[in-house]
Amino acid sequence: MNVVLLGGTRGMGRAVGRAYAERGDALFLLGRDAADLQRSASDFAARGAKGSVSHARCDLERPDTFEPALAAATAALGRIDVVIVTAALFATQDDLEADPELAERVLRANFTNTVLFSEAARKHLLASGGGTLCVFSSVAGERGRKPVVIYGAAKAGLSSYLEGLDHKFRSQGLRVVTVKPGFVKTEMTEGLKPPPFAGEPEDVARAVVRAIDRGSPVVYAPLPWALVMGVIRNLPRAVMRRVKF
Amino acid sequence: MPAEVSLARGLGRSYGDASLPSSSGRLTLNTRHADRILAFDESNGRIRAEAGLSLDVLNRLLMPRGFFPPVTPGTKFVTLGGMVAADVHGKNQHANGNIGHHVTSMKMLVADGRVVDCSRTENSDLFHGTLGGMGLTGIVLEVEFAMSRIESPWIWQETRRIRDVDEFEASLVEAAPQWPFTMGWLDCFSTGKSFGRGLMMSGRWASADEAPKKTPPEKRKSRLSFDFPESALNSLTIRAFNETLYRSQLRKSSSGFVTPEKYWYPLDSVHEWYRMYGKRGFTQYQFVLPRTANGGTRRMLAALHELDANPFLCVIKDFGQGTEGTIGFPMPGITLAIDIPVRNDTQSVVDRLNEKVLEEGGRIYLAKDSFTREEHYRAMDPRVPSFEAIRRRWDPNKRFRSSLSVRIFGDDP
Repeated sequence: MNVVLLGGTRGMGRAVGRAYAERGDALFLLGRDAADLQRSASDFAARGAKGSVSHARCDLERPDTFEPALAAATAALGRIDVVIVTAALFATQDDLEADPELAERVLRANFTNTVLFSEAARKHLLASGGGTLCVFSSVAGERGRKPVVIYGAAKAGLSSYLEGLDHKFRSQGLRVVTVKPGFVKTEMTEGLKPPPFAGEPEDVARAVVRAIDRGSPVVYAPLPWALVMGVIRNLPRAVMRRVKF
Repeated sequence: MPAEVSLARGLGRSYGDASLPSSSGRLTLNTRHADRILAFDESNGRIRAEAGLSLDVLNRLLMPRGFFPPVTPGTKFVTLGGMVAADVHGKNQHANGNIGHHVTSMKMLVADGRVVDCSRTENSDLFHGTLGGMGLTGIVLEVEFAMSRIESPWIWQETRRIRDVDEFEASLVEAAPQWPFTMGWLDCFSTGKSFGRGLMMSGRWASADEAPKKTPPEKRKSRLSFDFPESALNSLTIRAFNETLYRSQLRKSSSGFVTPEKYWYPLDSVHEWYRMYGKRGFTQYQFVLPRTANGGTRRMLAALHELDANPFLCVIKDFGQGTEGTIGFPMPGITLAIDIPVRNDTQSVVDRLNEKVLEEGGRIYLAKDSFTREEHYRAMDPRVPSFEAIRRRWDPNKRFRSSLSVRIFGDDP
């Protein structure tokens, strides 16, 4: 299988890349920092990825980089089977409230630009007869919640877009997988106190690879978060106003 | 790197306070996210990786491809950076030395914020100071060394019953040239004619034609998810455990194939096994005595008896060579690693043992230690001033420090 990964240098993206590399699949990496991409490319190659692992510059804050990056991936791999997007920006609610410029950047990267990248990826996949587009959204988009008001809003919009995409293009061979991770112990969450059910990136990677293989439209990872969010989705507003999460 | 960072910590498996901050205001850098393999050359085994990579992952990836680390400690839950910082050794010390002997180059972040390469020819003082330097010379970013080729993923092991401590010393020395791996478990409770009896385990990688054809089965992991009560380990249960272990070896000697997992990492099969020691935990005391200390092991065991320290598990091993680290631990001679449950009198037990080790001309292993006093360590190790000179050169303001460095080298907290 030929996999394109936007955001494979760290955290969950790195773990997903390793899962494919250890299966012997071919990988092409997209990201901002060429030196960092090269380090991950070497890591995936040493872990068994097929052929040499190449990379191209692609910046979620620069939509003009999307098309050239996907074209480079197509040229290198011949055919793309799966495009995975784990890249995103994160900031705490406090920081986002205090800094409208930061809020604008986070909203734009996590919603508008992720949608634009997905549109470009969709066209590439459909042009070669179909494939899988897997995008990391978040459980933060499931319900308006105090700690993730702004970040969660972008993720809610993204999840909604991905669901619509699945409905519209599935019959043409495009499979859309929306990943909704809960709290995962990565560099992004380093220093935060892990809540119950916090997972490791490897747990998420396993669930994601399985979902892509099966074409499951939505995957919660680690699994207990499906239950947790089931409860949170159904809490009355009066309760949500009182609780801290 | 934030100014408060004063120490790096990997998987936290050193037994003492080497990876604990010197005081609460200081930050410890978690290296575990830096775990990428940067280069691996299958033709010669040469590998370069970020320092947070664990042996667990390395073994899982490379053992099926016929490679094993040239040196491994008794747990695979260690990072490359941690292995270097403790200049770890294993059951093959007499043949392969310590990990430091195999490291060819490192990339480090030093106190003034520069990233520098070091090796035997480039910044060699930093290189040697870092091997066994307990993380006090800087933060290890990348490590390069060569993996060893293995013919099969199986170990041929021979277990022999040993009558007493004198036979133990002689057998280990005698086995060294014949077996690449040797070590022994010693019954610290034995007395009289069988004083220091135990089992000696020798081993080697099985050759391709004799090894079982199947790949070693992956062992189910269990976890000890609660602390045992303090009273669970007392002289009676410890004595019974050691007696059972000795009796489990019915014949004078036996042999067979075992999995590398079981051979190298017997304790890893139970996650958090150390909780068996209860809330107060245990300390390990490991020392080495020089070859000139004739009968020293026997005298040390006698001291342990006198102190009534209830040593639970005692491992004995013959070191064949020293260390390239400025303050690395090994020297040729016999080493003993003893697990002692922590009690109110543990400080005085360790003090007394340290005085004995001093008399015998030996030294202790900092990676295991949490009780040794500065004056004892300095007296044991005449190399300390050279180590301090290297620290002064690379870190004049002692940015890098730990709870251990406050205790052993007198750093400010």
